[in-house]
Amino acid sequence: MMENVKIQGLTPIANRVRLDVLEMIRAAGSGHPGGSFSTVEILVELYWKIMRIRPEEPNWEDRDRFILSKGHACPALYSVLARRGYFDPAELLTLRKFNSRLQGHPDMSKLPGLDASTGSLGQGLSIACGISHGIRLDKRKSRVYCLLGDGELQEGNIWEAAMTASHYDLKHLTAIVDRNLVQLDGHVSDVMEIEPLVDKWLAFGWDVIVADGHSFISLEKAFEHCGETEFPSVIIANTVKGKGVSFMENTCLWHGRCPDEKEYEAAVEEIHGGLS
Amino acid sequence: MKNLRPTREGYVEGILQAGRENDRVVVIEGDVSRSIGSASFGEEFPERFFNLGVSEQDMLGEAAGLALAGFIPFVGTYGVFVAGRAWDQIRTSICYMNLNVKIAGAHGGVSVGPDGATHQALEDVALMRVLPNMHVLVPADANQTRAAVLTSVNTAGPVYIRFGRNPVPQIYPVDASVKIGRGHLLEDGSDITLVACGAMVSMALTAREILSKRGISAGVIDMVSVKPLDRKLLIEQAKKTGAVVVTEDHQAVGGLFGAVAETLAPEHPVPVGVVAVRDSFGTSGTPAEVREEYELTAEMIVFKAVKLLEE
Repeated sequence: MMENVKIQGLTPIANRVRLDVLEMIRAAGSGHPGGSFSTVEILVELYWKIMRIRPEEPNWEDRDRFILSKGHACPALYSVLARRGYFDPAELLTLRKFNSRLQGHPDMSKLPGLDASTGSLGQGLSIACGISHGIRLDKRKSRVYCLLGDGELQEGNIWEAAMTASHYDLKHLTAIVDRNLVQLDGHVSDVMEIEPLVDKWLAFGWDVIVADGHSFISLEKAFEHCGETEFPSVIIANTVKGKGVSFMENTCLWHGRCPDEKEYEAAVEEIHGGLS
Repeated sequence: MKNLRPTREGYVEGILQAGRENDRVVVIEGDVSRSIGSASFGEEFPERFFNLGVSEQDMLGEAAGLALAGFIPFVGTYGVFVAGRAWDQIRTSICYMNLNVKIAGAHGGVSVGPDGATHQALEDVALMRVLPNMHVLVPADANQTRAAVLTSVNTAGPVYIRFGRNPVPQIYPVDASVKIGRGHLLEDGSDITLVACGAMVSMALTAREILSKRGISAGVIDMVSVKPLDRKLLIEQAKKTGAVVVTEDHQAVGGLFGAVAETLAPEHPVPVGVVAVRDSFGTSGTPAEVREEYELTAEMIVFKAVKLLEE
């Protein structure tokens, strides 16, 4: 019962993050709302419940690491980092602007809390594997999390890294697939089918967990299971692209588009509905 | 006949010494560790040796991750694949974050020989040189390659070290040193300056002897640090001799010739000739046959130098 109350406490945070993302992209005039909204519960669950981190000490050596391989979802990550205390949320509205630490895609040299710079799809899982190797060499207890887009799984580099992770038994590594079914050009199944996804990851030697990527209860159970086997784990998080704003949901039209005034107000109203 | 040794042996000596001196040094391989010789690192330090199979993109990403975790990874495979196949990983996951990754491009140049065009790296120096934060070292013999490896360990940020497969004449003593941004004036000259790197350094030294017999005094710079280039030494010698011939086992575009021409054009323009591969792929043959075919010879350096001076 207590657990449920705690989990429900994350919903207002998720709504706050969605509102931040909307305001940031509106202020920037560009950005990726669709693929940011689909990641929100995953990021909130990780940063508020799962990961061992010290926002006041971002480079704490024993921290868990997070790699946003789908770097274009960074508005959601920036909001999460700011709301978690890594930097002042007032800075969020500088997204994508000249001299901002909030670059169009994550730049770890500028912003505290980022564990890698990303943006070129397909590279994050290899980075996460490399960090996992290092953590093991240093005999640290940290875990490594890597968030992948589903369209991103079309990159060959992902599957090279997937082989490495299982070959080296990187059980302290968890990949999360933001399975929102939609990529820039359209539905993933129309652009380039990636199914059968569970079978693919199983065949590559991973422990596979399917979760509802917008349910904190489902995500928490999934993350709790990670690391309990000898294999690297992947959570296939079924999500909705554009989740939280009805007219942005399940469409590629909002992959990389900034809302106009009317759309912005309608979206804010919908998210505010969730805030109450 | 000078003592001949493959430069890759210097690479292996370098990583072994680095591994013994520094337990943060790790090696990432891509199924060519028996070819390059780095398998011996894995025998001595099995826990710090990662053979990731034939997967250059993953190798470079893993190296980025290990660097982020505080290690100093050496990634070794053939130059043509490491610089080409994994270029975007090197750009975004390594150079953009200015990570401490050392990349070994083995089998550089047409002098690889029989393997032919697919395995002869002729574009790697250009591909690496264009990347911000990247350092590029092209050592001339085994001892200098070993020194380049040891220097790279203590150089913050990414370093690309390019070396060859086949034996080349030994130029440097065992205690050779390499400094980032510094070339070596191997021979002083007054009429023309020969600027070389890698396997072409010994050719330039031979060319100097031939030129000397013809009454032409040629200086020889070993420009082991292609990036950053030793601008001071280059401009000083260009001023002194008034003419430069650049030679490298690489495309004439974008490599050492590019770096020299880019430096001299705005700062001290002098006539510059080039002995390098001219916009073509390599071919199979013995290293000597292939070098002859692509005119990467001491005779061609002499020919270019004489022609430049006549003009």
